[in-house]
Amino acid sequence: MADNSVTPELQKDIYYHMALARALDDRMWILNRQGRAPVVYSSNGHEAAQVGSAFALNRGEDWIVPYYRDLALVLAYGMTPREIMLHLLGKADDPNSGGRQMPAHWGLKRRHILTTGSVVATQDIHAAGLALASKILKDGRVSVAYFGEGSTSQGEFHEALNFAAVHKLPVIFFNENNGYAISVPARKQMAVMDVAARASGYGMPGVIVDGNDPLKVYEVTRQARERALAGEGPTLIEAKTYRFVPHSSDDDDRAYRSREEVAEWKKRDPLTTFEKYVLENQILSADEHAAMQKKIKETVNDATDFAEKAALPDPSTLELHVYH
Amino acid sequence: MAVMTYLEAIRETLRQELRRDNRIIIYGEDVGVRGGVFRVTEGLQAEFGEERVIDSPLAEAAIIGTAIGAAVNGLRPVPEIQFADFIFPAINQIVQEAARIRYRSNGDFGVPLVIRAPFGGGVHGALYHSQSVEAFFAHVPGLKVVIPATPYDAKGLLASAIQDEDPVLYFEHKAAYRSLKGEVPDERYLIPIGKADLKREGKDLSIITYGLMVSYAQRAAETLDKEGISVEILDLRTIRPLDVEAILDTAKKTGRVLVVHEDNLTGGIGGEVSALIAEHALFYLDAPIMRLAGPDVPAMPYSPPLEHAFMVTPDKIAEAARKLAKF
Amino acid sequence: MAETVLMPQLGESVTEGTLGQWLKKVGDSVDKYESLLEVTTDKVNAEVPSPVAGTISKILVEEGQTVPVGTPICEIAVEGGESATVEDEAATGTEESSPAQPQPTQEAASAPQDEAHRGRYSPAVRRLAKETGVDPLTVQGTGAGGRVTRNDILEASQHKASTAPATSPKPAAPTLAPSAPPAVAAAGAPAAVDADDTFIPVTNVRRVIAERMVRSKQTVPHAWLMVEADVTGLVALREKLKTEFKTREGVNLTYVPFMLRAIVEALRAVPMMNAQWNGDTIVMKKHINIGMAAATDRGLIVPVVRDADQKNIVGLAKASQDLVQRSRTGRLTMDDLSGGTFTLDNTGAVGTVLTYPIINAPEVGIVTMESIVKRPVVVNDMIAVRSMVNVCLSFDHRVVDGAEAGLFVRTIKQHLESITPQTSIY
Repeated sequence: MADNSVTPELQKDIYYHMALARALDDRMWILNRQGRAPVVYSSNGHEAAQVGSAFALNRGEDWIVPYYRDLALVLAYGMTPREIMLHLLGKADDPNSGGRQMPAHWGLKRRHILTTGSVVATQDIHAAGLALASKILKDGRVSVAYFGEGSTSQGEFHEALNFAAVHKLPVIFFNENNGYAISVPARKQMAVMDVAARASGYGMPGVIVDGNDPLKVYEVTRQARERALAGEGPTLIEAKTYRFVPHSSDDDDRAYRSREEVAEWKKRDPLTTFEKYVLENQILSADEHAAMQKKIKETVNDATDFAEKAALPDPSTLELHVYH
Repeated sequence: MAVMTYLEAIRETLRQELRRDNRIIIYGEDVGVRGGVFRVTEGLQAEFGEERVIDSPLAEAAIIGTAIGAAVNGLRPVPEIQFADFIFPAINQIVQEAARIRYRSNGDFGVPLVIRAPFGGGVHGALYHSQSVEAFFAHVPGLKVVIPATPYDAKGLLASAIQDEDPVLYFEHKAAYRSLKGEVPDERYLIPIGKADLKREGKDLSIITYGLMVSYAQRAAETLDKEGISVEILDLRTIRPLDVEAILDTAKKTGRVLVVHEDNLTGGIGGEVSALIAEHALFYLDAPIMRLAGPDVPAMPYSPPLEHAFMVTPDKIAEAARKLAKF
Repeated sequence: MAETVLMPQLGESVTEGTLGQWLKKVGDSVDKYESLLEVTTDKVNAEVPSPVAGTISKILVEEGQTVPVGTPICEIAVEGGESATVEDEAATGTEESSPAQPQPTQEAASAPQDEAHRGRYSPAVRRLAKETGVDPLTVQGTGAGGRVTRNDILEASQHKASTAPATSPKPAAPTLAPSAPPAVAAAGAPAAVDADDTFIPVTNVRRVIAERMVRSKQTVPHAWLMVEADVTGLVALREKLKTEFKTREGVNLTYVPFMLRAIVEALRAVPMMNAQWNGDTIVMKKHINIGMAAATDRGLIVPVVRDADQKNIVGLAKASQDLVQRSRTGRLTMDDLSGGTFTLDNTGAVGTVLTYPIINAPEVGIVTMESIVKRPVVVNDMIAVRSMVNVCLSFDHRVVDGAEAGLFVRTIKQHLESITPQTSIY
């Protein structure tokens, strides 16, 4: 499968976070279908790309600027399951926004996860700006913008790539290409086959990677980070992947994707594929695996219970934090 | 203490601030080697280097968006938008990102950012080099909008803006750059954001205005003084947040209020100021609140008679004030 | 002829320029568009081209000098008879604020409708009126169209404070000055103006009348009643005395003094009719001063017969005739027009038999004396021809009710009917 230079411990950790993300994600859908969570945006299917790239970074020190698909990413980056559930349910102690933003609008200063809005591609420029500061302050940080392929139609995506390349900023543009922007397929989004092809127009490398293989993603991200730290400028990574669920809990993907297509991709589900890999290669024993499953179940239950019991924001806080 | 133009006051403040705090960076289109199209940043790159005075690509959303990222990661960016008219490609970054980041992160993140932009007309700039865009931003909670009226204020307000932990839009009137001169102390000083300045005391009526229009109002007031009309002038200095107390004080004092701005009438600051007075000082009003503003045409035309017809001038202010005084 | 070259504006926001170097000297010939000099501003350095062809005749600004945009910098003698003065194109638009366009004249702007501002009170005036106790009706407005301004009230309150008696027992002394120009809105619905209509400016007297009428009708709840009186005896008495009276007293003997006398009797019987509404209190007037509405060329005025209760018919006749005389010649004083406590309107003079008069606020009542007409009436169950007069009363229903008002008019009626040809007028 992949580069075996990644230590077994790291591979276990990657697997654990992918599995935990999937379990949390599944729980969120249940809460939604029970009417307890108004809306869910899923990372289901993107776990390898997100967790693999996160582990290649200096987690909590390098900046990540995620988008709404990135549950597994922020989990791998240090946001706790409880925090994620608080966010889902709009509770007062949600560290992302205190219940102000829709679910999946991540942001946690403690872990250097920059807060994000809903307009796609705006975050790409923020990543370039974070990197601009890192370059000037020489703080040794790399910034990574995460975004879907649909957002690469936005001007700000192109402005960000151009700015970063001109100033050789320590930034990585990490595209999670799942083939659809809600219902619009990539072929209606761009007249090139690959997002990575954009890179050459801006004078940076464009790398395509199997987004369902966490170890391959880990490796290309590690290399891009080294380039960035060496002052060689930005890299555009395109992780080809697939989402197995609709765009959100309000969407029904049967309108635009055939079941056969989904089933075909499902054969390459990154979680089951990697699970098979770690078990077959005895990176994870059956006992360890069972213990891990148990732990994940407990963690998800704990996070759900904790968040459901947590207080909602007081309306008197409505006007807090308009200014410093 | 030196006598400086408005432009020199801004430049010297930038220089002083860049020396004071090495987290401050300046960037935008042509601000480096060329020193900006108005020469506001002239000589700064030579003194502080290409890393702190940066010629950016010609992309406003990228300028503001990167400034947001840089601010979050420890710098104090002071980007320039070459003309306020060009700020619109960056509106999403300013309104939906910079202004909201503190709020949407529940105070976790802040964006200490100052966006400088020359604005205003009467300089043959036509539709895309003359606009007053302040009202768009004054509508947005989370932003602060500062428009200095004198070289002295230009310095004190810019220093305060740079020190602020939140995004500040700092608009500089092009016609003020070289036409306004005044004494500016050498040492650093701060003028608080959100505080208006009573520029002139009077008893018959109050003119509430900001920016270049303050000096136009002063000229009008001198004319009116000879006619026996005593005019009070309140310079708002900051149009968001507004100094409500100062607005109500002067309205209550004279009972007659003329709000003046070059920005279009409808939806301009004058409407907000008028509403505040109507809400909180109705029983002190001795005349309807009057507004004098740029006409509701999409932007300032080029040809001199058209431009003049658009511009608010000292004569037009005096004429409006006369009418109000007679009421 | 000479063409003056001005310092051009080289760039937005530039207000002055420094002369670098003259590329031509006096006496040199220059082609149109040929460079004349170099100018340095803090935005650009540029060569300034000549606006015309000709010969440099004067250099007005030396090298190194900095001058404002628009300053003449040199003159070029233009050959031939070109009369069109070509201005430096760069300089034509440099004035920051060229003289204002002639504004429409103020007179035109303050046409007749401006008058409507009288009596329209701003919130500040209303508040101050309440706080200071100054009635804006009593204040002369100095604002547009006679509007009472905030300052007017403040000044009036200062004046009031300095003139008020120090030991006034009541909080707010009632204002009794109907002579002071009041200022009630006489606006109402806007007039519908057609193209061929014309305008007549509202005179001051007309405006005062309008305002007072509006004020009275809007603030005083008018009630109205009428009696008819048999004045056959009065008519006979007058017929008997009028020639002799004119000879002896020098004035005509009209019915007015008899009516005034009847009113005095009625006011004595019903003192509440000689009063004024004052909010928390009713002011009982000590004097009986009866105003007589009189039509003049300039409009309706109401001169006052003072102390009517202390005059006999001769005295009332003389006083009333004197006032009528002087009102026609415009020689009334402010005193003549102020201090009334009740009003008589001799509407009979215009031939009416029934009117509904508007109270001269703050008085409580106004009576009319209608035309005296001979009518068949039933007397002792027989039809007789008698001289009859209708007397109408409008009264302030806040102060008196129908019972007092009825007594009042019955007293008038009884008094008039009691007059016989033998009644003494002295």
